[in-house]
Amino acid sequence: MDPKLQWNPIACDGRGLCAELFAERIVLDDWGYPLVSDRPVPPELLRDARAAVAACPMFALKLNRR
Amino acid sequence: MTAILTPSIVDGSPTLAEHEARFGALPRIPPDRLLAMIEASGLTGRGGANFPAHRKLRALAARHGRKVVVGNGAEGEPTSAKDRTLLAANPHLVIDGLHLVGQMTGAQTRYLYAPEIPYAAAERGVHYVRSPRYFLAGEESALASRISGGPGLPTYKRPPIFDRGINGRPTLVHNVETLAHIALIARYGPDWFRSCESRLVTVTRSDGIPRVAQVPVGTRIGDLVGRGATEVLVGGYHGEWFPVSVAAGMPIRAGILAALGPDRCGLVETARVATYLADESARQCGPCLSALPLIAEALHRLARPGHQPGVRERLERWAGLVSGRGGCHHPDGSVRFVRSALRVFAPEIALHERGRCRARTFEPLLPVI
Repeated sequence: MDPKLQWNPIACDGRGLCAELFAERIVLDDWGYPLVSDRPVPPELLRDARAAVAACPMFALKLNRR
Repeated sequence: MTAILTPSIVDGSPTLAEHEARFGALPRIPPDRLLAMIEASGLTGRGGANFPAHRKLRALAARHGRKVVVGNGAEGEPTSAKDRTLLAANPHLVIDGLHLVGQMTGAQTRYLYAPEIPYAAAERGVHYVRSPRYFLAGEESALASRISGGPGLPTYKRPPIFDRGINGRPTLVHNVETLAHIALIARYGPDWFRSCESRLVTVTRSDGIPRVAQVPVGTRIGDLVGRGATEVLVGGYHGEWFPVSVAAGMPIRAGILAALGPDRCGLVETARVATYLADESARQCGPCLSALPLIAEALHRLARPGHQPGVRERLERWAGLVSGRGGCHHPDGSVRFVRSALRVFAPEIALHERGRCRARTFEPLLPVI
């Protein structure tokens, strides 16, 4: 099963690094907070997904295999 | 319709002796048999979600470790008075239920969470924790946070509370009314319960005074809202507006009803509540903190007579951006409430566009404290 992105809205502070690094699946709303797609992440997008997860200063993003 | 109780007519809480004289002593029933009785009764939770009570009980019973159960009487919803009325009128029944739930689930630690201490709690071996008077105080994860010594704000939902809740322990939360029903089922059995199942409902009519009624299940909304009501808010400030013509025949499934008459404007009422909902945000999540005040301001514009171009479209955009994007259901519930107002009060929006308003009184109906 392809993994999915999991976003913690409480930890998130709207820094926006995730949207820069994974524009295919993350865009920012009117206030700078990410709209994170819940579609499974295919293998060819996994590198960008992992970069977004690693870059978040608030650890608000995770990649879930379940 | 049966007895109406309000806090003002409750003389004083019964003592344990008076309670046992009226209901009998708490029966000793093996946990498995008690669980089966609760399942057979078909009891659903009275905290607003109507979830089958036995499922939550079995979920905690199946977990290992030092478990915790909580009776939730926080009742942060301003239009609801049933929990504080029940705790004043019948605290021992609630505590009986809390002990029975502890037995069924193997939880030795038992908390009662409410804004005021029922003194009955002190003599019955449950821990009392004062709940703050926020709208979100009764939210499950906020409650767990507060009892754990934290700020009482909603927390991220993973892992779920029945795995890691209060102080990291598996936790079950039941509304206090649900606990009272459990205490009665233990005494009188599931067949008795099914034959006369009731629920507590808080009804607010045009005088603005919330009154608590205990009604048989199957009672219809129209039986309680009173003649002259034109719209009714069902389920409090995360609930929905309905025209009375539509809702009158619906059986009551939520514990809160607020009836609006033709002399008030539903948009004015909704705008005031929307400001309250924005103020009551936990302020932890950007979309909620940003969108709810904007939505409230847009509603205040619609609540004023006069041409308001583009306001509905902007409101709908913000509602769409915030729904489902918070750490709890505050934005979702608030959006549900607002969208129902825009549907049901569409004639009033049109009236305001033409510079008129149906309101004949400025006295507010829906409470925001």
